[in-house]
Amino acid sequence: MCGIAGIIYRDGEHDIGLDMTAMLQSMKHRGPDSTGYALYHRPTTDVVMRCKLADSNDVRDFGFSERLERNRREIEARLAEAGATIDEIDIDTEYAFRVKFRYDGSLKTIADYIEDVEGAEVLSLGHSLEIVKDLGDAEEVSGQYNLQKVRGTHAIGHVRMATESDVDISGAHPYWAYPFSDVAVVHNGQLTNYFHWKRRLERSGHRFQSECDSEIIAVYLAEKMSEGMSLEDAMNLSLDELDGVFTYICVTADALGVAKDEMAAKPLVLYESDDLVALASEEIAIRAIIDHEIDTYDPYEREVLVWTR
Amino acid sequence: MDAVAGERRITYDARGLSEPFAEVPRISEISGDKAIFDAKSLTTRQINLELRWLLNEQGVTDVTVENPGAKHSVGVGILTRCRIHFKGSLGYFGVGLIDGPEIQIDGRVGWSSCENMMSGVVVIEHNAGSLTAAALRGGDVVVKGQVGARTGIDQKGGTILVLGSAGSMTGFMMQRGRQILCGDVGKGLGDSMYDGTIYVAGKVASLGIDCVPGEWSGADTELIERKFRIYGLGAPPEFQKFVCGKKLYNYDTLEPSERKLVL
Repeated sequence: MCGIAGIIYRDGEHDIGLDMTAMLQSMKHRGPDSTGYALYHRPTTDVVMRCKLADSNDVRDFGFSERLERNRREIEARLAEAGATIDEIDIDTEYAFRVKFRYDGSLKTIADYIEDVEGAEVLSLGHSLEIVKDLGDAEEVSGQYNLQKVRGTHAIGHVRMATESDVDISGAHPYWAYPFSDVAVVHNGQLTNYFHWKRRLERSGHRFQSECDSEIIAVYLAEKMSEGMSLEDAMNLSLDELDGVFTYICVTADALGVAKDEMAAKPLVLYESDDLVALASEEIAIRAIIDHEIDTYDPYEREVLVWTR
Repeated sequence: MDAVAGERRITYDARGLSEPFAEVPRISEISGDKAIFDAKSLTTRQINLELRWLLNEQGVTDVTVENPGAKHSVGVGILTRCRIHFKGSLGYFGVGLIDGPEIQIDGRVGWSSCENMMSGVVVIEHNAGSLTAAALRGGDVVVKGQVGARTGIDQKGGTILVLGSAGSMTGFMMQRGRQILCGDVGKGLGDSMYDGTIYVAGKVASLGIDCVPGEWSGADTELIERKFRIYGLGAPPEFQKFVCGKKLYNYDTLEPSERKLVL
């Protein structure tokens, strides 16, 4: 089933970590397997990378902790070797960490170099995007990664009921659109021409971190935008080129968009005011952050809506 | 707390999740046959238990529910003649499987509201999600805002009246009953409908398979004017009428006894 949510403030930064946690926790029943966030703050000159070295449900052998520590140090060394200057490292969990660094080179080069380290997976890379995802519900993940302190302008989130792929962090949403900066997607639905697009995008040089069809949408949209298309145009084109039933939310450094397929078979409820836009699979999630009476509506089939912060 | 007849303390739901507070909350202010309670801090099950307790055991016939908070499956399975006023919005599957009540919802409703409704009236002041009044069997569902896709799917009777627009595949596999849609309608209107009538005042994006324009009669005018009068909606706009073309399947509408006569 899965649940998706998005929020974009039009009046500066807010406690988006708290807001998104409240929204996702209220939809826990739609997906108890994992929870993910893509949180956006104002763009910085530094690059922020979220990375994982293992999964929370990996088997802990005798050398587990030492191996992770060794691999994390290897990543730091590789960042330095690639010309990055590390400003800050936050170790969230034994297996996941956040690095802030100055770097002018290609994000693809550095992502590939880091993922060459055993078990390493770059969850996000950009100037304003940070993706946090893990097993468990929103309150567990938020507590684990201190998301209650995160402020920002917009965010998307996902609670996952695993169907086609494993219950692990790689299968959790949101997906960063490797190797494009600051693009992420959450999705509720199924793409039926997944292999067609995976092969086509792989031939264009992209690689995928998961077996999940949702990752296709992120890379597909980012590639279209890198060719000069606007987010809205890319999303409109996706309605013709991606088959299946889906509702997805795509975010960039300054915009948030939602698209519904031809059949409108996946739910989405929308609330829009002068200060914010909030959307979710269920209205109960929007009401988790707005305490007064509101008027909401469902976007129709083949509808694409985009808002900027 | 004394056990109430018919009440069962439920400690686990269908998924095995514990629900430690699944008892009748008994928080309503009751005054004669009227009652009011605040649902803000109640779970779906608690709201429904409170409603049943009021209607079935306290002799209440007019209930006001404040702050329903778009919770799912609220007000389902009400089988008595009564009035229920929800001061706020309902989530998915609101007021489904009802038989008899008059329900007013000040806010909006999520997907599949009024599903399988047998009789009664539901008036929704704002928008409704997809699958509104799915498999409706009787009664009136009035939506003053817009409705989502597949409204009245598998409708078997009753009337759906929508003042706003409707999504794609509205009236899909409709079998009987009427839909009065005052706004525009999405693609595939009345797709694979067996019977019933759909009236549309706005633009139709496209007709579904076997849905065709119907011949207008005085009975159509009388029906629409009556419904608009009952719900105080002013003068009705001009409508187009759509019915089943009866070309899709080789079926007839004869009862078995009538078929014998024909044969």
